[in-house]
Amino acid sequence: MSSDADELEVSVWRGDNASGRFEDFRVPAQENQTILDVVSWIQQHRDPTLSYRYACRVGMCGSCAMMVNGVPRWTCRTHVKVALKDNRISIGPLRNLPVIKDLATDMDPFFDKWVAAEGMHHPSRTRDDAIEQINPEDASRQEANKGIECINCSVCYAACDTVAGNDDYLGPAALQRAWTLYNDAKDAGKLNILEAVSGKGGCHNCHSQGGCSHYCPNDLNPMAAIAGLKRASALSFFKGRK
Amino acid sequence: MIRPHRTHALWYAFILHRISGVALALFLPVHFYTLALALTDPERLDGFFRWTELAVVKFAEFGLVFLLALHMFGGLRLMALEWLPWSDRQKTLAAGAAAMSFLISGVFLLRAI
Ligand code: HEM
Ligand code: SF4
Ligand code: SF4
Ligand code: FES
Repeated sequence: MSSDADELEVSVWRGDNASGRFEDFRVPAQENQTILDVVSWIQQHRDPTLSYRYACRVGMCGSCAMMVNGVPRWTCRTHVKVALKDNRISIGPLRNLPVIKDLATDMDPFFDKWVAAEGMHHPSRTRDDAIEQINPEDASRQEANKGIECINCSVCYAACDTVAGNDDYLGPAALQRAWTLYNDAKDAGKLNILEAVSGKGGCHNCHSQGGCSHYCPNDLNPMAAIAGLKRASALSFFKGRK
Repeated sequence: MIRPHRTHALWYAFILHRISGVALALFLPVHFYTLALALTDPERLDGFFRWTELAVVKFAEFGLVFLLALHMFGGLRLMALEWLPWSDRQKTLAAGAAAMSFLISGVFLLRAI
């Protein structure tokens, strides 16, 4: 690793999917520097028209993900030293999403699939009922807990080759959300969820390559969640419920 | 060149599973055809067996047994992943499947030569 060099050689994607190309910049190296710092430096000192997206800078909001040297990462919490290869970094827009401009992708397909996977709450009670007591030690509650730290960053979606090959595939984040709700005692939409995740773009498309779990910055495991959905939907099928 | 986002253990397990699956699909028709020669043309089958004595062919058979074992153990891992309670040791299990396949095909090769 040659992070001792004074300057980093950075290539940044400019334009959209159809007519884009990488543009080279030299950026002063710092002892402590994230990929997002590098992008911001270019925008502040070299080209104010560079488009990119971020908000929290601390790994909470999920808006800053990009392809860094070919792998998807949350850029606000990726240290340059981790990603640097031969003093070079390439920074591109997230894979598997339409590019609006430069490093900003259109996240609509990602969120639309979240809804298509029934990744929304299906209430089991009204405001007039007493609040349901949930035992935190419960096995299904523990299973649901595993997925709740998802920040919707789309890193897993960008890592997934099944998403790349199948436009309809709901993708790891949406399916993990569906699994979380499926295990939530307060969610009354179990059958809607199974219906939504076992169709044409559903969980059975997944080849368990595990790119999602390998790259998820929050160490979540969508691959395991999808295996759970495969099992639940297959069992439901054999029991003749659908 | 393997694209950077694919360079992790379970993707290698996936690509080996696909290659071995396709290789099996190509091999099996040939395999059944030659076996059928026992009924239709025993002379040619004997000729074929003499050909299989060649070292190159022995080595190719080692490759086939390796791919078959790899597909079987790898496939069992995937089925366990989907049907049994989740295990976090998927990389270890995939490596174990490759090691078992190498062991079995290695024993096959040693017995064959
Ligand atoms: C020995 C028993 C076998 C087991 C346990 C097994 C298991 C599996 C499993 C679980 C998959 C799905 C992998 C995925 O989701 O990506 C698969 C895929 C496949 N299998 Fe097998 N299989 C076996 C035998 C065979 C045979 C004999 C053939 C050849 C005719 C074959 C050809 C294939 C092919 C072409 C694929 C598709 C690979 C892919 O989608 O990546 N398999 N196998
Ligand atoms: S395990 Fe499934 S969802 Fe995750 S990256 Fe692989 S194919 Fe995509
Ligand atoms: S599962 Fe992980 S990688 Fe995927 S959107 Fe959620 S936090 Fe990001
Ligand atoms: S800027 Fe919010 S997660 Fe990176």
